[in-house]
Amino acid sequence: MKSHAGKSANILKHVLLLMGATIMVLPFVWMLSTSLKPPHEVLSWPPQLIPKTITGMNYVTVFATAPFARFFINSVMMASISTVSILITSSIAGYVFGKFNFPLKNFLFILTLSTAMVPLEVYMIPLYMSMVDLGWVNTFMGLVAPYLIMSYGIFFMRQNIMASIPDELLDAARIDGASEWKIFLRVVFPMLSGPIGAISIFAFQQTWAAFIWPLIITSSRELWTMELGLGMFQYRFTVDLGPINAGSMLSIIPVLIMFLLMRKKIIQGITLTGMKG
Amino acid sequence: MNRIPSDSKVRRRKLSETELKKRIFAYTAILPVIFIFGFVRVVPIFQNFLYSLFQSTIGNPLQKFIGTTNFADLFRDELFVLSLRNTTYFAVFVTLFSVAFAVLLAALLSTRSRASAWYETIYFLPVITPMVPVAVVWKWIYDPTYGLLNYVLSWFGIEPIGWLVFPNTAMVAIIIMSVWKIVGYNMIIFLVGMRDIPESYIEAARIDGASTMQVFWRVIMPLLRPIMLFVFVISTINSYNVFTQVFIMTSGPQGAPGNAVRTIVFDIYENAFRYFRTGYAAAEAVVLFVIILALTLIQFGISGSKERREKRRLLRRGGLV
Repeated sequence: MKSHAGKSANILKHVLLLMGATIMVLPFVWMLSTSLKPPHEVLSWPPQLIPKTITGMNYVTVFATAPFARFFINSVMMASISTVSILITSSIAGYVFGKFNFPLKNFLFILTLSTAMVPLEVYMIPLYMSMVDLGWVNTFMGLVAPYLIMSYGIFFMRQNIMASIPDELLDAARIDGASEWKIFLRVVFPMLSGPIGAISIFAFQQTWAAFIWPLIITSSRELWTMELGLGMFQYRFTVDLGPINAGSMLSIIPVLIMFLLMRKKIIQGITLTGMKG
Repeated sequence: MNRIPSDSKVRRRKLSETELKKRIFAYTAILPVIFIFGFVRVVPIFQNFLYSLFQSTIGNPLQKFIGTTNFADLFRDELFVLSLRNTTYFAVFVTLFSVAFAVLLAALLSTRSRASAWYETIYFLPVITPMVPVAVVWKWIYDPTYGLLNYVLSWFGIEPIGWLVFPNTAMVAIIIMSVWKIVGYNMIIFLVGMRDIPESYIEAARIDGASTMQVFWRVIMPLLRPIMLFVFVISTINSYNVFTQVFIMTSGPQGAPGNAVRTIVFDIYENAFRYFRTGYAAAEAVVLFVIILALTLIQFGISGSKERREKRRLLRRGGLV
């Protein structure tokens, strides 16, 4: 029993949503389209959303003109190591903060949590200087170091452990004679698959997108990540638009696939964290 | 659990064996994590304050103690003042527009359906995508000669605009692109908030004869106020850190004129890593830190008290709740 006004309101709603959705998607379509066009078609007027001839040449060119394969591997390595480290440190610290009592506990917990709001940009200068002291400038260690921990990961794990793992279970394991490490590895860790999933996606995405730190800490191309490589190439050289858009496509594909596969978890995780570590 | 003797001396003298094991585990497990934390985060944050009080040379950030001279210099430095103004301008507009659009979208999507799930995914797409590729493609969209945007505008008889070429339009261009990037994030948060509002509140208002608009402004919006504050603060903080899109879009042959969109982080980056004025750049970073701290405190301060007040006010109204 929809009124006439209700019906037209509904139509208006969908028109608005569709318009918005088009604006959201269009840059991606444009990126894909440009990456598939031959050079003469890229700079054509009027612009063609759908290429007349589809070519994969740009994807070949991008690997030939710049070590994008190297960049890609660097990004995968950096994001994976960061993710694994964040998972381990967050579960351990979350477990200890959630289930143990010891002097200084609250102090340490507040310390880890309160730094969450401070962005890397604020402290990157002293951090860079420590890297200089350690000889980690332009090394993989230096590249990944700031991404080994995540305040929010610890907080999130702690909440989950407190809510889902009963003390009785841990005490029962203790009575059975299991050591504390064994309890953590065999009892606690396997119960954390849900939160681990959420955090790992978030950590991977965040590290993959890193830009300013790779920019300052690396000087040789061998260490550039996908993001930095793309940034530098469009910056230092007049790169053809076809290949640079092909490179852009390659850089968003891993994140895009992950997102489409695990949409719900990602949205949930990212919404809760306020988008930073 | 363990029965604790009332005599505290006994308790202090001897932890039971399990308690001792637990404590040893807790310390050995937490120590490495705290160590990394201290090394990559806590210590640098404190060092930054220290650096800001020193004159630096290449390789030696602590060359000479100069007190607050760096800060005094900062506010006489035209480039820094310009960066601060640009960043504030950027943050205000990105936040306002992204919040306004996000509220509108969330209102349109608040009833769950298959279509709404699709829209959520689509609007969230830019949020999840890394900034660099997105900035690269937007730079291409803004291209004065072959850009997609000028083409679309030409349908309406608008002459081609050199978006990233002129100072005024460059800022607008980067703001538009940044709103596009984060609007989905804000939308999801509002959506969570709106879907949390009990259906009965809205029903009650309807029965009392409230129109859709009245329900939105009088029932939904007041209940969203704490979330609104959170989104405002988070967006403003993130906007103050703007760097990547500025770096990409202002660089290279098609880039915007450097100073028109110069931001705080860009200025920090140049001073510290191009001109090696680490002390000076650290002072800029302190200013950035203070801005962020102030915003965070505002959020903590207001959200606690306001949320409670808001709830009481709504309950008192009775008619609606």
